Amino acid sequence: MLDKNGIAKRIAKEIKDGYYVNLGIGIPTLVANYIPEGINVVLQSENGLLGMGPFPFEGEEDPDLINAGKQTITTLAGSSIFDSAMSFGMIRAQKIDLTILGAMEVSENGDIANWKIPGKMVKGMGGAMDLVASAKNIIVAMQHINKAGESKLLPNCTLPLTGVKCIKKVVTELAVLDILPEGGFRLLERAPGVSVDFIKQSTLGKLYADDNVPEMILD
Amino acid sequence: MINKVVSGADDAIKDIKDGDTLMLGGFGLCGIPENCITALVKKGVNKLTCIANNAGVDDFGIGLMLQTRQVKKMISSYVGENAEFERQLLSGELEVELIPQGTLATRCMAAGYGMPAIFTPAGVGTEVAEGKEIRNFNGKDYLMEYAFDADFALVKAWKGDTAGNLIFRSTSRNFNPVMAMAGKITIAEVEHLVEAGELDPDHIHTPGVYVHRIFQGENYEKRIEQRTTRKKD
Repeated sequence: MLDKNGIAKRIAKEIKDGYYVNLGIGIPTLVANYIPEGINVVLQSENGLLGMGPFPFEGEEDPDLINAGKQTITTLAGSSIFDSAMSFGMIRAQKIDLTILGAMEVSENGDIANWKIPGKMVKGMGGAMDLVASAKNIIVAMQHINKAGESKLLPNCTLPLTGVKCIKKVVTELAVLDILPEGGFRLLERAPGVSVDFIKQSTLGKLYADDNVPEMILD
Repeated sequence: MINKVVSGADDAIKDIKDGDTLMLGGFGLCGIPENCITALVKKGVNKLTCIANNAGVDDFGIGLMLQTRQVKKMISSYVGENAEFERQLLSGELEVELIPQGTLATRCMAAGYGMPAIFTPAGVGTEVAEGKEIRNFNGKDYLMEYAFDADFALVKAWKGDTAGNLIFRSTSRNFNPVMAMAGKITIAEVEHLVEAGELDPDHIHTPGVYVHRIFQGENYEKRIEQRTTRKKD
């Protein structure tokens, strides 16, 4: 079973040289720490920056330079700054190659719910609805099962949706899965030490799994 | 050259009245019109509808206008980090309309470009789409979203000249240029106000035609919401 950093590490292997990537808050942010050597990527922050650099050194924080998580950051050689309309323009026009974001639930037909729990304080969707509606390539980083052991990979989402039929790949603490165009999860890889049977038990949505599913290679 | 300069924030906002709709630039606490917010609190106008990506924090930004109960409705994409906001929302004192961030930005842009509506896929199939017209283009569904109609836009720029031309700095640009274009009356507060001719026309982000009033801001706090750093090796 993977921890959060393990999930991030596995997702980082999906990033190809030359990609422009938008990373959501939470586990997706950690992916930046595991981008392999020699792979050149440009990180987009939807508040208006391409080429997001690391956190500044202590004492060098600039209140005018933050990421979409409102953290102080830096720019890099080749960075560019733009307004919010252009930022979502490039997302809508599919100039961003890969979007990685978290989810509370994903369904077997690729629906995602990640912004609202009815009855609890609603903070808002931020840019998530724009990203999932437009991105051509979305990877969801999420927990496969909740603390009560209940599956979050479902036949249908129970929470209010963020987007419909948009998710194609999910990486969890247990597995890497594709979502098939005709519906259903297809098990591609198991986390180290996790059995196919356990993944089957932990997936409420339709799951297609061969008997011989390879274990993830993380390094 | 037309001179847009007013004496300060109090002068700039003097005709904002109860019930007006305001746009406020900024992302989190970055690039917010601090001086205009302070002046609005001092003036005490009420029942405002505020279009802004966020609602500030308890004791800064739009949060200051929430403390004084001046806001009737917020139109935002993300409103976490604010306990007073949550209290007023749950008690029914405050209305909130949550909309996708790109939709928010593009509805501002549409207003500034003179277009009545836009089509966006954001929110199709979700509760955001309820009651909205859907059009299919090339096999994909899009929501029709209207351009905003705001009485005033309050924006913060780094530099501005007496003709109202604006230059923003780093990611404090965010919503400011699109909101500057969208207000019926746009008020710009700047860190550095210079004479017309001192800014290179090639470097202007917002042309002065969109800006009705400009003033030299003062005492910028520029509070950092999440101070994240790394250590030198």
